[in-house]
Amino acid sequence: MLAFIIRRMAQSVVVLLTVALIAFALFRFVGDPTQQMVSQDTSVEERMQIRKDLGLDDPVPLQFLRFIGNAARFEFGVSYQNKQPVAKLIAERFPATMELALASALFALFVGIPMGVFTGLYPNSVVSKLFQMISLIGVSLPTFLIGILLIFVFSVSLGWLPSFGRQGVVKLGSWTTSFLTLEGWRSLVMPAITLGLFQMTLIMRLVRSEMLEVMRTEYIRFARARGLSSRSINFRHALKNTLIPVITITGLQLGSIIAFAIITETVFQWPGMGLLFLQAVQTVDIPIMAAYLLLVATLYVVINLIVDLLYSAVDPRIRISGKAA
Amino acid sequence: MLKKLIAAASLAALVAGAGAANAQQTLRYAFQGNLNTLDPHSLNETTTLGLQGNVYEGLTARDKDLRIVPGLAERWEVLDNGLRWRFYLRKGVKFHNGNDFNADDVVFSTARTLARNSQLAVRLPRDIEAVKVDDYTVDFKLKTPNPILHYSWDTWYMMDKEWTEANNATQPSAPQDPTPSFAVLNANGTGAFRISEHQLGVRTVFEKNPNWWQKSEHNLDRVIFTPITSAPTRVAALLSGEVDIIDPVPLQDVARINASPNARVLEGPEIRTIYMGFDQMRPELTASSVKGKNPFKDMRVRKAFYQAVEIEAIKRQVMRNAATPASSLISPLLFPQVSQIQRHPFDVAAANKLLDEAGYPRGADGTRFEVDLDCPNDRYVNDGPICQAVTAMLARIGIKINLLAVPRAQFFAKANSPVFNTPFYLLGWTPGTMDAHNVLNDLMMCRTPDGSGGRGQFNNGGYCNPKVDELALKVLVEIDTAKRDAMILEAFKILHEDVGYIPLHQQALAWGVSKNVDIVQRADNQPLFYWATKK
Repeated sequence: MLAFIIRRMAQSVVVLLTVALIAFALFRFVGDPTQQMVSQDTSVEERMQIRKDLGLDDPVPLQFLRFIGNAARFEFGVSYQNKQPVAKLIAERFPATMELALASALFALFVGIPMGVFTGLYPNSVVSKLFQMISLIGVSLPTFLIGILLIFVFSVSLGWLPSFGRQGVVKLGSWTTSFLTLEGWRSLVMPAITLGLFQMTLIMRLVRSEMLEVMRTEYIRFARARGLSSRSINFRHALKNTLIPVITITGLQLGSIIAFAIITETVFQWPGMGLLFLQAVQTVDIPIMAAYLLLVATLYVVINLIVDLLYSAVDPRIRISGKAA
Repeated sequence: MLKKLIAAASLAALVAGAGAANAQQTLRYAFQGNLNTLDPHSLNETTTLGLQGNVYEGLTARDKDLRIVPGLAERWEVLDNGLRWRFYLRKGVKFHNGNDFNADDVVFSTARTLARNSQLAVRLPRDIEAVKVDDYTVDFKLKTPNPILHYSWDTWYMMDKEWTEANNATQPSAPQDPTPSFAVLNANGTGAFRISEHQLGVRTVFEKNPNWWQKSEHNLDRVIFTPITSAPTRVAALLSGEVDIIDPVPLQDVARINASPNARVLEGPEIRTIYMGFDQMRPELTASSVKGKNPFKDMRVRKAFYQAVEIEAIKRQVMRNAATPASSLISPLLFPQVSQIQRHPFDVAAANKLLDEAGYPRGADGTRFEVDLDCPNDRYVNDGPICQAVTAMLARIGIKINLLAVPRAQFFAKANSPVFNTPFYLLGWTPGTMDAHNVLNDLMMCRTPDGSGGRGQFNNGGYCNPKVDELALKVLVEIDTAKRDAMILEAFKILHEDVGYIPLHQQALAWGVSKNVDIVQRADNQPLFYWATKK
């Protein structure tokens, strides 16, 4: 077990270095950051001086080594635009993104699994057909469109929910949360649904097909023969055996929820890391982009590791050997 | 921590009480970008300076029609043949922290503005010297006369010497500075509002300054500024009544907002001019099928391009009438005499004839030559579609355009100084000084290959006419307004005859405004809340 974890850590370092290298290569093509930092009246001489001060004129390998060296010490520099330390900016935005991702994942699980169980048990009912249709919408419509549709229905037409921002925020030490107030929940509902809809449909479809599969197996038939209640059969025997792939998918999708939050956060002006990143791309704020990409890569790696460890906890038949990865 | 909680709770109580008491008026303003710094000497950018203008003030100000009026200085006079400007300061003005505003603050602000990393240094000549005469009189000494010294001083803001020194913020932060200056996140001005909360990129709260020296025209107690990046969300927030003002409104949503029961679109001309330019400097274009020579060095080719552009069609189809066609590189709002120049008429036959004469006959497929067009696609109103329209229009005269419409960050890196790597491009310009000389200097004077030397830095195509240079240098030191204006007009006429550029239009400003709110929309697009009232 320990050997497995150590091996994974070593792999993670390689992954992170690769991400850093690719990200660094991309920064060559996003434009000249100094153009976004100066005014139109700034002279060419001053622009050159700023480039020099920022180290943008140094050879690329040297810039890369400097970046890696700083990143290893968690030094991500100062944002070109805001003049604030990047670590502080990201730390401020981190709770907003994590809460949004958590709410979306919970929404996807607690709506997706029951819907999947229902459609799996009663594949021919009208309600199942309706659920299937909803899931088709969730898979096929792009996130930003769902977000805008929700805004126009629930904010503009009905006036029930706020169209933008994270409201009712309460400060708990260095963490900020919108879970504790009604206002906070009201502003969280639409972004969470927008972000989680795709994952919800994915989970629903997965649970449905697994349920259809499991319900045909022998042990379910024996359980029926034993006269167990259908509730016990459906949930204790059938559902439990469908959960392995659900855990895999949910775990892996949690990473993409955090990464895809960029679009949802922009649509709802949700003050998370994704919004910060998008604005950084527009203004060529390289320190923010670099730190964000590394952070997301780290989250992915950590989540994958946790998912692998969870396997063995849920299903005792799977034992992680030192060789498997 | 506890203090913050109490502050947050009392603020929440205030907001909650707003509806019931009706005594509290809160204006909610949403803009597409962030307010990146509160430091008034850090960033020379219109919206930043405009938002800061609600908190800080300059020695001069500009009224609703952009005329220069007294600000923190009651009056001023020009002495010693333009080499000394004496400013008489207003007495009894206090900063938000209670400190008096006096001559020491002006001398201090001058030094801070001239410091390295201050982008506002362009507001002052390099060799200016501020001298305190008495507590309420300051002399500015110059080495050469400058008739427009105070033209852009409405956005050159005064800081409190004591406050700034006490907080160790005597210089604007450097780009690579690991510890940002205190003034980036905090403010202490003399203006109509003080900052009571500033969450970078989330929201900024402006609280009414009850001790403002001016009589308030506004009836606001508080202004909440929120950036909303996504345009549809911005429009939705306005339509649902969650914000009172949005800037900008996408042109396709204008009709919808005007049809809604609770909001309207406030449109007006902006002073920025959108234009196209040609590389007239290189012996051979960087991206064209013409080899061995540069077709844009021939005035007939430039004029053919100009006459092939159907400006009325761009105004109608692309800009949905939210544009005013321009005949030169400056808005008539800033230099009215420019209206005497008429655009070269749209005439496809004449354009074809000019290209035939210039020696670029149509090939077998009807094409005369190919050239790249570089265009930003997220900088100006419908900039990408304008370039698409021009591409189609030039196809009519046998010019094949390879359109490269890219985000502004990439565009500026390619087309601007020091590389100027573009044969044909679209750009917009607002003179930072609000004066025509800036256009002459930055867009029309001959430049060096990398744009250094302070002349023609945004003359990306390298247009060059010694007569224009001569006029520009004279304009700089001419004190007599009538003579000065005549020389400026002459320079614009020469540019027009040379077809140095294709001026397109001044785009329109479009703000979405709630029907409960009245606000002045000035042509420089600054959101000034002290002219807003809310019912």
